[in-house]
Amino acid sequence: MPVDILMPALSPTMQEGSLRRWLVKEGDTVASGDVIAEVETDKATMEVEVVDEGRIGRIVVPEGENVPVRSVIAVLLQDGEEMSAAASANGTDDSPVPKQKQEAEDRKESQSPPPSPPKLEIPNEGMESSWTKSTPVVSMSVREALRDAMAEEMRRDDRVFLFGEEVGEYQGAYKVSQGLLEEFGENRVFDTPITEHGFTGLAVGAAFAGLRPVVEFMTFNFAMQAMDQIINSAAKMLYMSGGKLSCPIVFRGPNGAAARVTAQHSQDYSAWYAHIPGLKVVAPYTASDAKGLLKAAIRDPNPVVFLENEILYGHSFDVPEVDDWILPIGKARVLRAGADVTIVSYSHALTFVLEACEKLSSEHGIEAEVIDLRSLRPLDMETILESVRKSNRIVVVEQGWGVCGIGAEVSARVCAEAFDYLDAPPMRVSGEDVPMPYAANLEALALPDANRVIEAARAVCYAE
Amino acid sequence: MARAKTARKTAQKSKAKTKARTKTKTSSPSRMKDDAFLQAYRDMLLIRRFEERAGQMYGMGLIGGFCHLYIGQEAVVVGLQSALQEGDQVITGYRDHGHMLACGATPNEVMAELTGRQDGCSRGKGGSMHMFAIDKGFYGGHGIVGAQVPLGTGLAFANRYRKQKNVCLAYFGDGAANQGQVYESFNMAELWDLPVIYVIENNRYAMGTSLKRASAQTDLSKRGLSFDIPGEQVDGMDIEAVREAGLRTVAWCREGKGPYILEMMTYRYRGHSMSDPAKYRERGEVDEVRQTRDPIDHAGRLLIERKLADEARLKEIDKEVRAVVADAAAFAQDNPEPDAAELYTDIYL
Repeated sequence: MPVDILMPALSPTMQEGSLRRWLVKEGDTVASGDVIAEVETDKATMEVEVVDEGRIGRIVVPEGENVPVRSVIAVLLQDGEEMSAAASANGTDDSPVPKQKQEAEDRKESQSPPPSPPKLEIPNEGMESSWTKSTPVVSMSVREALRDAMAEEMRRDDRVFLFGEEVGEYQGAYKVSQGLLEEFGENRVFDTPITEHGFTGLAVGAAFAGLRPVVEFMTFNFAMQAMDQIINSAAKMLYMSGGKLSCPIVFRGPNGAAARVTAQHSQDYSAWYAHIPGLKVVAPYTASDAKGLLKAAIRDPNPVVFLENEILYGHSFDVPEVDDWILPIGKARVLRAGADVTIVSYSHALTFVLEACEKLSSEHGIEAEVIDLRSLRPLDMETILESVRKSNRIVVVEQGWGVCGIGAEVSARVCAEAFDYLDAPPMRVSGEDVPMPYAANLEALALPDANRVIEAARAVCYAE
Repeated sequence: MARAKTARKTAQKSKAKTKARTKTKTSSPSRMKDDAFLQAYRDMLLIRRFEERAGQMYGMGLIGGFCHLYIGQEAVVVGLQSALQEGDQVITGYRDHGHMLACGATPNEVMAELTGRQDGCSRGKGGSMHMFAIDKGFYGGHGIVGAQVPLGTGLAFANRYRKQKNVCLAYFGDGAANQGQVYESFNMAELWDLPVIYVIENNRYAMGTSLKRASAQTDLSKRGLSFDIPGEQVDGMDIEAVREAGLRTVAWCREGKGPYILEMMTYRYRGHSMSDPAKYRERGEVDEVRQTRDPIDHAGRLLIERKLADEARLKEIDKEVRAVVADAAAFAQDNPEPDAAELYTDIYL
């Protein structure tokens, strides 16, 4: 039976990649372990090896961009099988993933290009005073926006340096620091040993001495090893010293649920850091916010925890092409206007919140106003309250656990500060109160989605 | 800076370090200059009298919370401070009153911090464990055992980053020597040749646990061996031995040769903190050290031997120091508590 060779995934969150080069041609004999192609994403390149011996019966996908993960890229013939078998092979074997294969085939049938990473349409006008209709924009991924922010600040201030695991020669575990070592050299971009507790303390000490370290955690899961230095050393020092010793530092890296990496590598620390006086906490969603807020964080004289999201890295948004695009920390913004219900959220959760809003509008006639918090500490209560005074209803959506979470804080403060305006109790949509499971179905159940946002919004609107 | 290091360079460095070690064993403490020695005596005595007074004031309820006294260890901080120059940095744990006084902070501001008053060095918001004198190179005053070690390594990193020839002294105790972050710091300090001296104040007890009950390797000067960091044990009760080791290793760091470990063999007379009854050791052990190895008595004897002072002069110094401490105690009791509005200041810049 001919064997399908599928487009591999280089990371848990990869959706598609480019088939850079075929190293074999139809009819070639291959053995297990032979490299037959090179696959590339914006983060990495990988060689595709065959796991069986045989002959390349057919190359299904030629070299090119945007090849979906798990689509059939070639067919391998086994001993004694004729080349003609490959022609009809695709879709006829006993692949264990028939649904995905079917999808791949559907795409092939229709000859339509596979979906590219989502470019999200966010209303820009009025978002910031400096961003008008005539402001030129460039489409950019969150990953590129973060890189540009660091590069601009490093050019501007030689006290700024990047410090973390794989940030230099490897170009960043998630390729956020691409090109920085090349531009700034090894005295500004430091590859640290895997030693979070130690290197975080070292960076905090360097900040005490007046430098401006940007510490990249490969993910915030690993920052738990460094929690004492972040909280006890960085956040509290100004206070404990009666204002004598400050700590201008940025702790940044991906936070929140990734895909299929389970309990220890998939959790949201927003509420943990937002709890701490002395820290500022930022969690951007769009590329323009990522850029403007990271620049602000680097210039801030206080310790700033900058929570990124792995899944958002590849998402593209418009970013204004202006000199020194910088945004204030502590200001939320209205992502979508509406008068029926206020939905407050931040970071990656906004992808399904916006999806839910479209359905609420088209299917239920409910117009939601969406507030992107952007900063979790300080929390921009004024923007939230202004919206609630208009809509009289609020739903807070977060991917992390709800217990003692951001939603709990926002709800309590709305009750305290705008109780008379509320027509329904605030509702929270959050991650389930369980460690993140591995199985795909359980993982999906553990995370909030658009349907749960719709349910909550309808509930506070008392919709039938 | 890390990657520039070639295998050849590393080999040369190891050789240099072996030499340094050998040299250490044969060298004897060099005599301090006369006026410096007299000043060092006075500085040690100030710490002693200050800490005795702090202990009394704690007993009277004027000082709250944790209060860790430095009595017995005075030669370490005074000797090492005398080896530093402008721009060098010092950082330590919570037993920090002596470090404050040694770097030149006034007894008034230190005592007023202990009583939690507005003119305390941290405006009454830090207390005993969190004192700072940044303008004098002292970076605190850190309450979590071992946390100051990577912080101090970071201060040294900043010197290297700025291409300044300054050195950081990162003090910690025999207890902190078992913290993981200490070894994470050792690794990075040696990897990047950072100008940091790790000063282990081995006072024999980590709270109530003696060194041998907590440490597999009780020679703490060897704790850097697997990182190729040279180390040595120094008589921490002998001000001249401390100063000599300080001068030599500070020079080593200033030359860009990387970190160094000094294990200061010392002893604390009082409990770990004021609330420690010290039942884990015999009274006789304390008395023996007091009678035979006391750093201030030792320095006093040498001053008399070398005819730099007589008994009367030493008594006079004691009297002067007691007066300074009495003034500090009075100041710390009369100074008002911080204004209530101070509660919300110094959280953000």
